[in-house]
Amino acid sequence: MSGTAAAAATAAIPSIPRDDDGPVFRAPWEAHAFAMALSLHERGVFTWPEWAASLADEIKRAQAAGDPDTGETYYLHWLATLEGLVARKGVASTETLHRYRDAWDHAADRTPHGKPIELKPEDFAG
Amino acid sequence: MGPGCAAADTRQAWAIAPIFDVMSHDHDHHHRHDHDHSELSETELRVRALETILTEKGYVEPAALDAIIQAYETKIGPHNGARVVAKAWTDPAFRKALLEDGSKAIGTLGHVSRVGDHLVVVENTPARHNMVVCTLCSCYPWEMLGLPPVWYKAAPYRSRAVKDPRGVLADFDVNLPKDIEIRVWDSTAETRFLVLPMRPAGTEGWSEEQLAELVTRDSMIGTGFPKSPGAPS
Repeated sequence: MSGTAAAAATAAIPSIPRDDDGPVFRAPWEAHAFAMALSLHERGVFTWPEWAASLADEIKRAQAAGDPDTGETYYLHWLATLEGLVARKGVASTETLHRYRDAWDHAADRTPHGKPIELKPEDFAG
Repeated sequence: MGPGCAAADTRQAWAIAPIFDVMSHDHDHHHRHDHDHSELSETELRVRALETILTEKGYVEPAALDAIIQAYETKIGPHNGARVVAKAWTDPAFRKALLEDGSKAIGTLGHVSRVGDHLVVVENTPARHNMVVCTLCSCYPWEMLGLPPVWYKAAPYRSRAVKDPRGVLADFDVNLPKDIEIRVWDSTAETRFLVLPMRPAGTEGWSEEQLAELVTRDSMIGTGFPKSPGAPS
């Protein structure tokens, strides 16, 4: 299952941080970003060469803007690539992404510490 | 999803705290820091936004996503926690500081990123064994221990650990003599716990690096012991 898909991804994208067993992540959100790309690829939203080219563009852009290129920001570029491809492929517009981002922000704001944060329709109101 | 955050419902995986640690901050966080409400970093907001949209549109199956993530749950690795434990075993001043204020002591190491506001380190002794659980949700010091294991998030572990800690530990092959006290620490989003296991016998003169190799993730949750010197890894 996912092991095979992940192996295909790491073979196609040599820059993915990894150890002997596969990709490594510095934080849970990085694993989420990685997994989303895998799912979208399996759905045929993009090919790995297409992904690699978009990611390379993203990294170039970030470096031109002063990204330190230490590897710590790798998944930030990965996330930006996801957002860009999702918008370009007509899956979700930039506006939609912003709307959901703001809704999650609202959800976090109204959720007391220690409680799970859940997105509710009212979070889209403001 | 009630306050118990039933982890079995994968649709609600978002609501299980440790996947996106509400107390953690990426370097790009911009939120004010107060303690009345939860916080998500800018990056976490974007990731959640994307994942919600892709799920709603059917591009992403939460269960499939969970499966991919779980395949790598150990891949952030317990390296940070292991280094902290090994240092505490070799440096009495650090050990003292660590038990007094875990977050502060770990902050002085520099190489470890943020560990949240209140990381409490609890020490195992010959008379007392500590184990960590979160009955409310599944808060977890992932900066120290990597992504949480699946069983940690599972309802049976959470509910049984409090009622029957000895039984749960036995399931992990941790069998403790009756006269050893077991203390169960219930994590919250504000306070997480890290177990400082006892240094294995036969490691006199070992370096921090060598000792860190013996420290397992489970030994820092309290559901296991460090590896013995010479045991196959």
